[in-house]
Amino acid sequence: MENLQRTHTIDKDETVISIKGLYKSFDELDVLKNVNLDVFKGENVAVLGKSGSGKSVLIKIIVGLLRPDKGEVIVLGKEVDKLAGKELDDLRLRIGFSFQSSALYDSMSVYQNLAFPLTMNVKHLTKKQVDVAVAEALEAVGLANKSNEMPADLSGGQRKRIGIARTLILKPEIMLYDEPTSGLDPTTSAEINALINEVQERYNTSSVIITHDLTCAKNTCNRVAMLIEGAFLKVGTFEEVFNTEDEQINNFFSYNFIQ
Amino acid sequence: MFQNRINVNSRKYLFSKGVDHYFEGVYKGYQFTLRFFKEAFKPPFHFREVINQCFEIGLKSLLLITLTGFIVGIVFTKQSRPSLENFGATSWLPSLIGIAIVRALGALVTALICAGKVGSSIGAELGSMKVTEQIEAMEVSAINPFKYLVVTRVIATTITIPVLALFCSFVALLGSYTNVHAEEASSLLMFYKNAFSNISFLDVFSSVFKSIVYGFTIGIVGCYKGFNATQGTRGVGRAANEAVVLSMFLIFFEEVIIVQVSNWIRHF
Repeated sequence: MENLQRTHTIDKDETVISIKGLYKSFDELDVLKNVNLDVFKGENVAVLGKSGSGKSVLIKIIVGLLRPDKGEVIVLGKEVDKLAGKELDDLRLRIGFSFQSSALYDSMSVYQNLAFPLTMNVKHLTKKQVDVAVAEALEAVGLANKSNEMPADLSGGQRKRIGIARTLILKPEIMLYDEPTSGLDPTTSAEINALINEVQERYNTSSVIITHDLTCAKNTCNRVAMLIEGAFLKVGTFEEVFNTEDEQINNFFSYNFIQ
Repeated sequence: MFQNRINVNSRKYLFSKGVDHYFEGVYKGYQFTLRFFKEAFKPPFHFREVINQCFEIGLKSLLLITLTGFIVGIVFTKQSRPSLENFGATSWLPSLIGIAIVRALGALVTALICAGKVGSSIGAELGSMKVTEQIEAMEVSAINPFKYLVVTRVIATTITIPVLALFCSFVALLGSYTNVHAEEASSLLMFYKNAFSNISFLDVFSSVFKSIVYGFTIGIVGCYKGFNATQGTRGVGRAANEAVVLSMFLIFFEEVIIVQVSNWIRHF
């Protein structure tokens, strides 16, 4: 497996996401307990953890889909919990969110899926401008010829790519990927990993990648945060986390296969 | 500061789990309806989507409404004729049919058909969008899904169902006429003239008003059930089913109230 080392520069003076003392629970279930994390400009951070460990809850809090019970989440200088209405929408336009299920609109073609967020958020665009933006986003994910297809006609990997293209059309500063390689074969997963790196380089984004796929974490991220029982047990480079002596982290790694 | 933290083990119910759950549902439905009115009058307005939904709901229900309305007209005339013959009052048949269809059947039959066809379709569509994260995808793209999905659909049902109800009444009278014409020679113009001879403005107004209320009910219930669907594909099926059952129940409930009120006005 090709090891795609991260070559871009990270600005450690500029924190784009800052999470401090974050707690979140659903009824009696405590999902996140005192989560702390800083993501720097130009950095890709993978959040690793078992299914149901609260990884997706974390990025849904970052984008304001869920409210924290306690703690502070500052994204691009704004405290997400305190935002509502237009302020929250303005922040969300600067964040791209790639869903685990791709979440493409079934009733719309690929072109319409991409044009929809653009036309709804940017007023007075001509048809030609929309066409150019859609073509550019599709070209960025290598699916320039799929414009007229319906989501149901696409493969899993293509759906993921279109989902990423739909977020790219608004030129986000931060990308949040929720399980980008889940349900994909190793070859398609490698293509998605390469795409994540291409997006980072082309659009100069910072990313949080939620995954339990170690290959994805190793090949796309500068740092890895290991989420165990609702808290980050270890944050560091992939090698630092992989070589830790913590039993719980070793158990997690021992169950996963690295190509 | 811990917000929204509920310890289920220590939760005490006001009455019982079932009763509390029922009133919680009523309150959430009320909040959902209130949100509709808040969002409906606030820009941006998605006119194109409203027109698109009117087409989806209206034009695609037209054939079903036409067939059902026509059959209702025939059956109702066939059932009424023997009773009127006993009194030698078959000449009153057009008036009787006219009153029955314009005052009650046209709006009610259309509403029940649309509750089944449109309500379930809205419930299933929004439910499916909810469980496949498409609604969240709109939110993270800074698009208000309530405004785009709910407001447009409810406005479309509120506009379209009264139009369909008027059309259904017209077709039902046509069905009735074919039956009357088969038994005795009469012209279409004369039939319609007789049918409308005892119809007042209040009858037409209350019928249109009823249809508006039914249209709103079908739209808001379908959207509410779909928008709050949970538990995957099973939840989608449940949302569609509950949308039909609840909207039909509410339609009958509203029918009783509106008929009662229009009778009071008539006597007043």
